[in-house]
Amino acid sequence: MSYVPNTPAEREEMLLAMGKVCVEDLLVSIPQAVRLGRKLDIPAAKSEIQVMDELETMAEKNKVFKTCFRGAGAYRHFIPSVVRHLANRAEFVTAYTPYQAEMSQGVLQAIFEYQTMICEITGMDVSNAGVYDGAQAAAEAISMFKERKRLKAVVSGAVKPMTLEVIKTYCAAAGSELVIIPVKNGKTDIDALSAALDDTTACVYMEQPNFFGLVEDAEKIAGMTHSAGAKLIMGCYPTSLAVLKTPAEHGADAAVGEAQPLGLPLSFGGPYLGFMALMKADTRRLPGRIVGQTADKAGRTAYVLTLQAREQHIRREKACSSICSNEALCALTATIYCAAMGKEGLREVAEQCLAKAHYAAEQITSVKGFNFTHDGFFFNEFVTDCPVEPEALMAKLAENNMLGGLPFKEKDKNRILWCVTELNTKAEIYNLVNILKEAVK
Amino acid sequence: MSGLIFEKSKTGRRCSSLPDCGVDFYAVPDEFKRKTSMNLPEIAEVDLVRHYTNLSRRAYGVDNGFYPLGSCTMKYNPKINEDTAALKGFTNIHPLQDIKTIKGCLEAMDILSGYLCEITGMDAITLQPAAGAHGEFTGLSMIKAYLLDKGETQRSKLIVPDSAHGTNPASAAMADFDVINIPSTAEGMVDLAELEKAVGDDTAALMLTNPNTVGMFDKNIGKIAEIVHKAGGLLYYDGANMNAIMGITRPGDMGFDVMHINLHKTFSTPHGGGGPGSGPVACKAKLQPFLPKPVVKLDDGKYTFAEPEKSIGMVRSFYGNFLVCVRALAYIMSIGAEGIREASENAVLNANYMMEMLKGTYDVPFEGPCMHEFVLSLESLKKQTGITASDIAKGLVDKGIHPPTMYFPLIVHEALMLEPTETESRETLDSAITAFKEVYTIAFENPQALHDAPLSTPVGRPDETTAVRNPVLRFDFS
Repeated sequence: MSYVPNTPAEREEMLLAMGKVCVEDLLVSIPQAVRLGRKLDIPAAKSEIQVMDELETMAEKNKVFKTCFRGAGAYRHFIPSVVRHLANRAEFVTAYTPYQAEMSQGVLQAIFEYQTMICEITGMDVSNAGVYDGAQAAAEAISMFKERKRLKAVVSGAVKPMTLEVIKTYCAAAGSELVIIPVKNGKTDIDALSAALDDTTACVYMEQPNFFGLVEDAEKIAGMTHSAGAKLIMGCYPTSLAVLKTPAEHGADAAVGEAQPLGLPLSFGGPYLGFMALMKADTRRLPGRIVGQTADKAGRTAYVLTLQAREQHIRREKACSSICSNEALCALTATIYCAAMGKEGLREVAEQCLAKAHYAAEQITSVKGFNFTHDGFFFNEFVTDCPVEPEALMAKLAENNMLGGLPFKEKDKNRILWCVTELNTKAEIYNLVNILKEAVK
Repeated sequence: MSGLIFEKSKTGRRCSSLPDCGVDFYAVPDEFKRKTSMNLPEIAEVDLVRHYTNLSRRAYGVDNGFYPLGSCTMKYNPKINEDTAALKGFTNIHPLQDIKTIKGCLEAMDILSGYLCEITGMDAITLQPAAGAHGEFTGLSMIKAYLLDKGETQRSKLIVPDSAHGTNPASAAMADFDVINIPSTAEGMVDLAELEKAVGDDTAALMLTNPNTVGMFDKNIGKIAEIVHKAGGLLYYDGANMNAIMGITRPGDMGFDVMHINLHKTFSTPHGGGGPGSGPVACKAKLQPFLPKPVVKLDDGKYTFAEPEKSIGMVRSFYGNFLVCVRALAYIMSIGAEGIREASENAVLNANYMMEMLKGTYDVPFEGPCMHEFVLSLESLKKQTGITASDIAKGLVDKGIHPPTMYFPLIVHEALMLEPTETESRETLDSAITAFKEVYTIAFENPQALHDAPLSTPVGRPDETTAVRNPVLRFDFS
């Protein structure tokens, strides 16, 4: 298959029109010394039928589970059909970044709607157009709050391990100090946090709920952070915010997170979407694209990429970040999802996650040995002990077309991080519990 | 003007529905409960569909028409790519599933990795970075870790030509390098004398695009690599312009040590209005131990994840924009080894054809042949008529063409940068050439018409100054 429309004869005519004989005449500036001089060692072209067949075969080598009790940073939620249909419209899919505002009003308006929705969900004042994913959003937020005399980032050890990994990478590259606060009973150790805060601290990063699913005492953390003159960045699960206290209500200075739960499929980890929102006073610190509303000469409402003086193409090495793309199609998808679920729908999703998770937790912990590892209020993820060999248990669940919770070790003890969403039914929970009971027999 | 989705909201309207919960409601304890309202729209499905369908009609993609946006490689995005990326066996896979249940994903990543290494002439690769700029940050972090590992901590300077993409110096700053900008020659090439002056035992690396941002292949590349390597520095290749050289020459053979590839440019995955892209980073063996973790490894016929021994860590969660990688794989499989070279040759052919046909009308500051893109300078037109690059661009909008990249590269005044790509037919190029010439004529005959352009779009030129002075960044519900 070739996607080049011009036939060999047409190519020759074009060359002739330029007074050239062959394409090689156009490549004279490439020295022979650096030429490949052979054909690429890649298979020959395949027909659409063959390509589809090969990729279908590959996809079939993966196991798609009917039932999923695993989250830990990637969540299976209901996605209404209408979301994919609209987000797949070719005008959106095949567009570039909306540099030419007049012919990109559709993309720009959708981003403006996205920014509004993120503000509404988080309670914050301003949002950017999105970044790569939740972990990178956290890392960007940390570098955003660094000041000349405040370079230290303090991060809770109870955040998602991958988020912590990404933060470490960004801090190591920038050569800036990072302090990780230990975990105590599944939550950020408040005393250790207090001891780590000083007048060189730029910001504190925590997650709400945290990796273990527990809701932290964020107000207390916000108070301590602010007393030290630092900023609080809260990583959140957007769905939970339909019922849980918002970052703004907790007193956070920035809300970031993974927006994958808002209409994006699991997709083996990507594409996902990071969101970043903060308070008005800090607007010009935000990295990434931002869309603003204005008007044209005739007074018609118009949308543009704005506040670009922060960005790499203007400020180059003085820019706050090098990011230029904003996972726009993912942001559009999240926007359509939020509109489709609506105010009541998203609340219902959150309520069902909460209710089913608490029901499942009650059932699971009634099985001998699957005790709660931690105390405290959780949203839709929780940790239990695991009295049996986790690998064998997971295999048993897989035989029943179930992806069990995520096994992990805590000081050599086996634990499972369970996740329940609105897609899990009471019957699935019943089946799960029966298998657990069978396993401990 | 179609209003915002919020303005169409009516209390009580619903689109989605969930089955009954089936278990008892669980009340959030008061101390953790949300107190403020959350104004998401309330809308019926039909109105939702019409709203976003109408917004899509105010967007413009490659599927709508010609898109010669320089440095962005707006080639056609084959539809089969979309179908392969929509396979349930890819979309419904949890990233933390057991290794035995994700063989197909790992195979896809491994095959794509192999193809990309062969095309770039590199030894190893990560698919984790989500975009080109993210790849730059990743590659530069690897360079930093490599130098640190060798104990060469004094190598703090990163050399960047003044013609470089803005992301280059910005990424360098994120990796805590001191950026040294060096001027280009009058031909837009690396000034060898300036480079000689800039390198030393404090040089970490040179970041370069070749062909460069004026669309010319720097034929001194061998010498450039020698100068930098001799000084103990490394060479980073910005893969934004890879579409010019595939199957002809490879960054690895030019002497580059590490690079990123833009799958959303060179490998036909759609741009999505600004992402998701994918920016894999490929490198020579000496940098392999520093790649982000995890990497896919084929061990005794079985796929597994491995952690490079001196890995810089992770640059995002999981393994990258996997579905974008699937699209790129489908593309390479579809066009094959010969199609890859054919794509680059025709990208070069189309660019030269347009440049040649526009030469008599517009000023071409760099004598050709060019590679896959070229730059026009409207400096003299501006002097004669007051018409700017932006005015010409807006005139082109009214001709139904997406304008070229404006005011880039920075080393050319009133620049317009055109990249037609290989997927445009001669007729499309010819009609665009006619449109460019017509707009040029209007600049002399009726400049006001161009100052007023565009007229064919839903809105005219937005007032950007007001947007910055008085930022309105969200809908106000009050």
